[in-house]
Amino acid sequence: MIKSKIKLLVLSFLLLISLRPLQSAEMVDPIKVNWSFKGLTGTFDRASLQRGFQVYKEVCASCHSMQYLSYRNLGEPGGPEFSEQEVKAIAASFEIEDGPDSQGEMFTRPGKPSDKFKSPYPNVQAATAANGGAYPPDMSVLVKARKGGANYIYSVLVGYEDPPSGVTLDEGVYYNKYMAGNKIKMPNNLMDGLVEYADGTESTVDQMAKDVTTFLAWAAEPELEERHKTGVKVIIYLVLLTILVYLSMKKIWSRVDSEV
Amino acid sequence: MSEHEYTPKSKAGKWFNDRLPLLTLGAHLTDYPTPKNLNYWWTFGGILTFCLITQIVTGIVLAMHYVAHADLAFASVEHIMRDVNYGWLIRYIHSNGASMFFLAVYIHIFRSLFYGSYKSPREVIWIIGLMIYLLMMAAAFMGYVLPWGQMSFWGATVITNLFSAIPLVGDSITTWLWGAYSVDNPTLNRFFSLHYLIPFLILGLVVLHIWALHVPGNNNPVGIDIKKPSKDTVPFHPYITIKDAFALLVFMIIFAGFVFFTPNVLGHSDNYIPANPLVTPAHIVPEWYLLPFYAILRSVPDKLGGVILMFSAIFILFVLPWLDTSKVRSAVFRPIYRQFFWILVIDVLMLGYVGAMPAEGIYLVLARVGTIYYFLHFIVVMPVVGFLEKTDPIPMSISEPVLTGGAEPSLARKVNDKV
Repeated sequence: MIKSKIKLLVLSFLLLISLRPLQSAEMVDPIKVNWSFKGLTGTFDRASLQRGFQVYKEVCASCHSMQYLSYRNLGEPGGPEFSEQEVKAIAASFEIEDGPDSQGEMFTRPGKPSDKFKSPYPNVQAATAANGGAYPPDMSVLVKARKGGANYIYSVLVGYEDPPSGVTLDEGVYYNKYMAGNKIKMPNNLMDGLVEYADGTESTVDQMAKDVTTFLAWAAEPELEERHKTGVKVIIYLVLLTILVYLSMKKIWSRVDSEV
Repeated sequence: MSEHEYTPKSKAGKWFNDRLPLLTLGAHLTDYPTPKNLNYWWTFGGILTFCLITQIVTGIVLAMHYVAHADLAFASVEHIMRDVNYGWLIRYIHSNGASMFFLAVYIHIFRSLFYGSYKSPREVIWIIGLMIYLLMMAAAFMGYVLPWGQMSFWGATVITNLFSAIPLVGDSITTWLWGAYSVDNPTLNRFFSLHYLIPFLILGLVVLHIWALHVPGNNNPVGIDIKKPSKDTVPFHPYITIKDAFALLVFMIIFAGFVFFTPNVLGHSDNYIPANPLVTPAHIVPEWYLLPFYAILRSVPDKLGGVILMFSAIFILFVLPWLDTSKVRSAVFRPIYRQFFWILVIDVLMLGYVGAMPAEGIYLVLARVGTIYYFLHFIVVMPVVGFLEKTDPIPMSISEPVLTGGAEPSLARKVNDKV
């Protein structure tokens, strides 16, 4: 009796949920990419993360900050896993403001692995003013901050098109198929061969978009690999314990004339 | 409290127990006679205790690293996620734990509704339970504000603004709640303080909830009074403890599935955007467990009316024991009420669904229909069905099967004959 009711319940609920497309008809669904970090045991593609960092550094970083990441994160397990020397070299390539020193003066010095990623602008207002009134969002958790996650970020990067007839765009506004409202203030910065990958991979727009999205996905969830690994162990442990407890329960309840 | 006298075996134990009868309490808790026919819907009390303890423990650890300041809160959460050892695990357990807590409490409440556990003599247990539920909603709402993301900020703005609907003093009350002229740093500070306080109030109420439960004892799926202890009961330990442990483990597997594999699916992506008072999100939605009430709120065109209706939707539950006129507790023996029970379940799920959608078109219609049924269910259906319904025969004790065909009519009573 109760089971058939629950079935009815689930069915009516599914029916309700199927009403959903009515609501979001005007937005184009992002392209589904088969990311290596998807699924229960997903991990990041190390080479792609390193290439993605290169794209970030050479293209995105001139406008977008990533203020919650430190250079040391680039060498940590589960990330791009640059070697210690590489991380030190990357950090040292940035001039970081530090201080005040004993004279009360601020000074600049080469970056250290413990430094946070250097932001391109001193504050949000400066970033907004320099970009035609649109703040280029901090990219530390961008993948988690957008519905559709990595698929959405990738889609926007490859979704630039000429506007359809009838759509007029203001100066400094671009047409993007996947952006909400189709209007975006970020120009299409990716073009084939823009960066020269150290590992010799051909830098097509699609390749760069995938690599940098992978990098951003890691930046938003640097714990992802450890989380997946731990999760599998935790679930296996819990299932085994559940079986043992279930058998104990059956044994204990066999003493009374009642179903458990 | 106890039905039997307990004497500790050791001299020291006796000395201590005479002065503070903790051992008597322990003996009462382990021996506590429990109906042996409790099904798995009864395991959610233990599961909820686990949820509360989990939230308190993870919350205390998070509070060691969190900074309750409008400029630093978002960054401190990222610090927890990135730099604190297993900070991501602790935070994901805490954030998903809130959802699991509500999932369990809704099952617990609907179990009570189905089996009539709120009825005499258990009204006080029910009312304390509702107070816990109210505090849970307050704690969850304030907790969602703490990361100071866009949904935190705008959710807080929407909910606190509800109080401005109160005539005459509304605006003053809202300013007083904020501690400022909008949701701002003082609001965040007090929400953090209260968010830390409320779980301990809940803990106190849980003790009262269990105390009040142990006076009449558990209701059971058959819904009849049982003698205790008797052949109808089993001692709480080991029978119920092992069963609760099994159910809890199954619950924990689902919990772990969320924490490790889809930790953000129940949250809103906008909450990873730092709070910005100048940019309003396209759709401001609360967490899923508050959506049915949000749908009721938005179904009324008038602000004050919506607020009154939303709070009524909760407070009407407090008088439920007196709105229900049926003498039979369990819906197992109430063929008509049982149908309405499932309609209510579907109604609440539907309200939750439309609460997440924009308040327009078909969703607004559904929200209004759902709201009307919600109130009709308690104000009309429950009193009327209780009077009119012809209930099925119920057994005299839970050890007997339901009466099969009049072999011994004296064993059963037709409750509706008495009404």
